[in-house]
Formats: sequence, C-alpha cells, structure tokens
Amino acid sequence: MIDVAGQLFTGLSIAAILLMVALGLAVIYGVTGVINLAHGEFVMLGAYAAWFAQSFLGLGLIESLPLVFLAVGLLGLAIERSVIRWLYSRPLDTILATWGIGVVFQQLIRLSAGGELRYVATPPSLEHSVVLLGVSISAYRAFVLIVALAAFAATWLLIFRTTLGLQLRAVTQNREVAESFGVNAGRVYASVFAFGAALAGLAGALVAPLKSVAPEMGTTYVVEAFMVVVLGGVQSLFGTVASSALLGELTAFIAYVSNDTIAKALVLLAVVILIRSRPRGLFTKAARA
Amino acid sequence: MSINRRHVLGGAAAAAAGVVAPVPHLWRRIADTAWARSGEIKVGILFSLTGTTAIIEESLHKATLLAIEEINAAGGINGLRIVPVQEDPASDPATFAEKARKLVISDRCVSVFGSYTSASRKAVLPVFERQRNLYFYPTLYEGRECSKNVIYTGAVPNQQQDDFVPWLVEKFGKRWYLLGSNYIYPKEENNYCKKLLAELGAEVIAEEYVPLGHSEFSSVVNKFRSERPNVIFSTVVGDSVVALHRQYRAAGLDPDTMPMASLTTSENEVAAMGGDAAAGHFTSAPYFMVWQSPENERFVEAYRRRWGRDKVTHFVSEPAYFQVYLFKQAVQKLSPSDITPENIREAIKGEEMTAPQGRVRIEPENLHTWLWPKIGRCGPDGQFTILKQSDRWIEPDPYKAYPNQRCTATGLKEV
Repeated sequence: MIDVAGQLFTGLSIAAILLMVALGLAVIYGVTGVINLAHGEFVMLGAYAAWFAQSFLGLGLIESLPLVFLAVGLLGLAIERSVIRWLYSRPLDTILATWGIGVVFQQLIRLSAGGELRYVATPPSLEHSVVLLGVSISAYRAFVLIVALAAFAATWLLIFRTTLGLQLRAVTQNREVAESFGVNAGRVYASVFAFGAALAGLAGALVAPLKSVAPEMGTTYVVEAFMVVVLGGVQSLFGTVASSALLGELTAFIAYVSNDTIAKALVLLAVVILIRSRPRGLFTKAARA
Repeated sequence: MSINRRHVLGGAAAAAAGVVAPVPHLWRRIADTAWARSGEIKVGILFSLTGTTAIIEESLHKATLLAIEEINAAGGINGLRIVPVQEDPASDPATFAEKARKLVISDRCVSVFGSYTSASRKAVLPVFERQRNLYFYPTLYEGRECSKNVIYTGAVPNQQQDDFVPWLVEKFGKRWYLLGSNYIYPKEENNYCKKLLAELGAEVIAEEYVPLGHSEFSSVVNKFRSERPNVIFSTVVGDSVVALHRQYRAAGLDPDTMPMASLTTSENEVAAMGGDAAAGHFTSAPYFMVWQSPENERFVEAYRRRWGRDKVTHFVSEPAYFQVYLFKQAVQKLSPSDITPENIREAIKGEEMTAPQGRVRIEPENLHTWLWPKIGRCGPDGQFTILKQSDRWIEPDPYKAYPNQRCTATGLKEV
C-alpha cells in the first residue's frame, strides 16, 4: 500500500531543499546571466558557517541562520566586486571564473577546517516528529519547508514590491535603457549576487543537520540547482518553485516504487526530454526583451 | 652546424665509448639493487591525502607511519631502518597505479602499504603481480579475490557476518531490509548475507541500492516506515552513512524495534553524525576504539600522542597499524641478502601477533587474516559498547559465498 499523504510530504521535503538551493541561483542567473558554478560552494560555506557558529560561538542552528545569511552574503558581495563585475560582457568566462572560485573555496575549507565530515546539531526543539493529517513527519523537515517558502516569499517581495526590485527588473530587461534612466546597474548586480549567495548559504546551513558537512558537498547541489532552474525557466521565480515541487515529488515517487538509483536516472532523463521540447523551460512567459 | 662525415663518425665513437665506459658502474648498480642496503629497507606508503577519500585514508597513512616510527625507535628490523617512501594517489585509481609503479620500480620498495577502496586496490593489482612485489591492504572488503601479491589484513564477509547475522535474527527477527551503496562491495556483502538468512529461514523483504554519495534518504525512510523490517542491514558507505542515520532519526523511527546493522559505520562516521543519530544501532567489526586490551590502550595512547588528542582510531586504522608489525616479523626471519618481496610473502605465511583487537594470524592458503569479530552498539556519547566478541578467531574465507571456488596457496581452485 502506498501511503499517499506520507509520500506527498516526502516529495515536498525534497522539494523544499531543492527550492532553497535553487532560489539563489535562479535570482543570480535570471538577473545577471552569470552561470555561477561556485553556487554549490556557497551552500558548502553556509554549512561550514553554521558548524563554526555552533562549535566556536556556541550558537544553535536557528540563532546562527541570520549570521550565516549575512556572512555568505558579504562574501558574495566581495566576489562580485572583485571578480564577477569585470566579466558581465563575457558570459563564457564567468563559467571558468566561478568554477575556479569554487575550487579555491573547497581547498581553503579543506586546509582550514580539515577534510573530515563535520557535525551540525539539529535544534533540540525540532528533534521530534509531529503528526499531521495522520502522517508522522519530521519537525525539522517541516521547518525547512517553512523556511524555504518564507525565503521564496521574501525574494518575491524584494523583486516585485521594492524599489531595488523595480530597478532590478528594469536592468534585466534592458541594461542600457535602465542606466539612461539613472539606475545604477552595477549596484543592482552586486546586490543581486550578494543576495543569491546569501540564500545559498542559508540553504547550506539548513541541510547541515540532515546531511553531512564536507568540503565537496557543494558539487551535487550545484547540479540539482541548475536542473531546477533550467527546467523552471530562467527568468521565472514561480517556475523555480513549480519545478522544484515537480522534481521533488517525481524523485520521491520513483524512489518509492523502485529505488533512488533509478529515480536519479529517470528524473534526469525526463529533464533532458522536457528541455528538448521546451528549451526555455516549463514556465517561461514570452520574453519581451 | 653542418653535418659532415667527421662529425657523424666522431659522434658514433663517443656513443660507443659511452656504452663501454660505464660497465664497472653498471656492476655497482646491480649490487646496489639489493632490497636492503646501507642499513635501510624501503617501503612505500600509498594512501590518499587529497581527494574524496582523503578523510579516511589520512588516518591509515598516520597509523602506518606510527608503526614504522615505533619499529625504527626500537632498533629497526634486525638493525635495518625502515625508510617510508610516501606518495599521494589523490583518491584516483589511475594515479594509484602510476604511483604504485613508481614506488615499486623506481624507488625499489620491497613492499607497499596502501589503499582504502576496492577500486584503488584493483587498479594497483596488475603492478604488484607483474613486478612480483607485495601489497599490504588494511581495509575490510568484499572478498572474492585471490592474489599472491596482496596481504589482506581487513575482514572479509564471513568474518563480519557469521556471528552478526544469526545474533540479529535471534534478537530482532526475520524480516530484513538490505540497503547498500550501488557498487561491488555492498552487493557481495549482501550476497553472503542472503545466503546466511536463507539458512536461518529469514526473509529479505527488500534489497535496495542508492547511488554513491547519495544524501536524500526520505523515500528510503518512508519505505522503512511502511515495510516495518525487523533489521535494516546497511552497507551504505561514506557521507551517505551520516545522511541515512540523521534522517532516520529525524523521522522518529525507533532503533529498539528496527535497528540498523552496519558493516561500515565506524567511530569516524559516528563523530560526523553525532551520537544521538548513531545511538542504538549496531556495527560488526574486529576492532572498536573502546576495546579493552593492553595492546589497544598502548595503540590509542601512542596514536593520540603522535597525531593529536582529538583523533580516533577505527577498524581500518587498526589493521593499517598491525600489518606493519607483521611485515616486521616476516622480514626479521630473513637474512638481509634474502630480503625480497617473494621471500617476505613466504615468511609471513602463518605469522601471528597480538594486535590491538586480539591475536591475529596470516592464513598461509589465501594470505588473508584470522580476526576477532565483535558486535558493538553505539551509545549517545558516540562510542560503541561491545556486546559480544566471537569466542574464537575466525578464519578468513574470501570465497565463502561461492561454495564451488576456493582460494589456495597455488591460486583459485574450482571445486
């Protein structure tokens, strides 16, 4: 018997992690067009920041979240100002540059924090499981789901309800015209990159109690994040949500009826086929620019 | 410069002189190639210090070096100092083969200590067989190998499972869920496990493999919940072990009624997942850090004094340590001019010593090691409590799942 509600929640909790990881990438890619291969390393740095806060500052995971968000965001800002901003007109070079930055961070962490797997504790208040609609679900996974939705709401508000968001949308549509109206495009790009990095850092801190924390952990996330973003459509925020939900539920379902190895292969195959027939993603509006 | 006949002839004469002249030197070189010379004996150390498995291999590297340093401090082997030649194969099988060739051919190491993964062992195997050198391999592995150029000091499936599986069936029940990472090691372990379960009349309700490095276990955990197995037999490896345990715990499953029984969860993985997530689950291995014996106390103390107070020893670093002593005992039996890899192999057959885990012995037939399997249950403090030690040392049988094959001193025999 397939436990439908339990299965739906499993899919949702996978989707929540996908969404958290992909959101930052979607924002950066959608606005600046930079293919940020160091995104996985921002996730990894977020996890290490949470570990650092826990082992050296004595902070629990929830208290450390704002700190992680700020720290990785500032780092993203520094990288944008020092490297990325020189490369906006050379999108291919950004791939190489961000990949290199990723490798540097991996090795820096290995040299400073060491290669062993690190431990980040689950917040004690979220260690139990709760029963919802007859399904027993992990309180921590529910928490991740809520944070992911909150992060999405915050991103949506930022883009569609603030002045920065207005400028950002203007720059996305046409940088030259926006600049001629007095929008400081450089500043917009820098804030977007920093925000995207901060979201990735947050994602890293959130997955740390569920998975292991290691210097190489970012590589799998960056692949998953790109899959979500490409499937959802590059400039569609709701597309990112919908495609993470779709991929999460699909993975959970196939893994349940067969196993995770098959699920991984079939989901990738499905994405390839979908991209073949809808190259701009599932949820793209007709582009105006 | 134009080429004329005089140049060519002159060059040829010089070349001829070059061929003739070094003859005495050549002689000296051959004399120099004795395996033990000027009071030294060279061995290779081949554990990854970078790359994905560096985390664990670094501890094997350290255990090996510790043993070598101890032996040298105590006067070496018959007065010969062991000189370790260290290479970093970077967790890459092709690099393993390349570095092995360098250690054996250019450095003329008489034996090499190395490898954690089966993939890296398989990659270096042809080098050691062709060069007739000797490889010391400390990791528990899937068995089904019968090389005359490898000394295996880790456990094979029968040694970890013969006591463990019947004990679990009796204590927890007959519905088993087999979960492993998707590669050769878990499949061979499960082959043997299924054989034992069939003999005990127990039932395999699922056999499932997840991709290597997999970290999303919510679907698997969901299946645990709906299938309600009595025992989850886990041969998941690496970071996946950590993710599996943490997500099992987050889902609120109970180790008292549905424990995970693992062949691969050591003190290392437990440190990364936290004692809470590991508590209540079982591991079978010949060695645990908490094992109480004078030899183990000495080993743990020496390891921590040398490499740091926070370091742990585990069931792969212990063989990495004692196999150097077995090497020493074998070499000790030989006169310096007799020291060759093949003579060391012959000398090590049947060799015994008291290792931290207990008395161990190299089986002359298959060059694997007689070991003392133990069953440990992890506590919330991240250390194991040893519930049971095998009442005898267990013979290694790398082909036990394949009754028509047998590894003998002359090679693999079909029976």
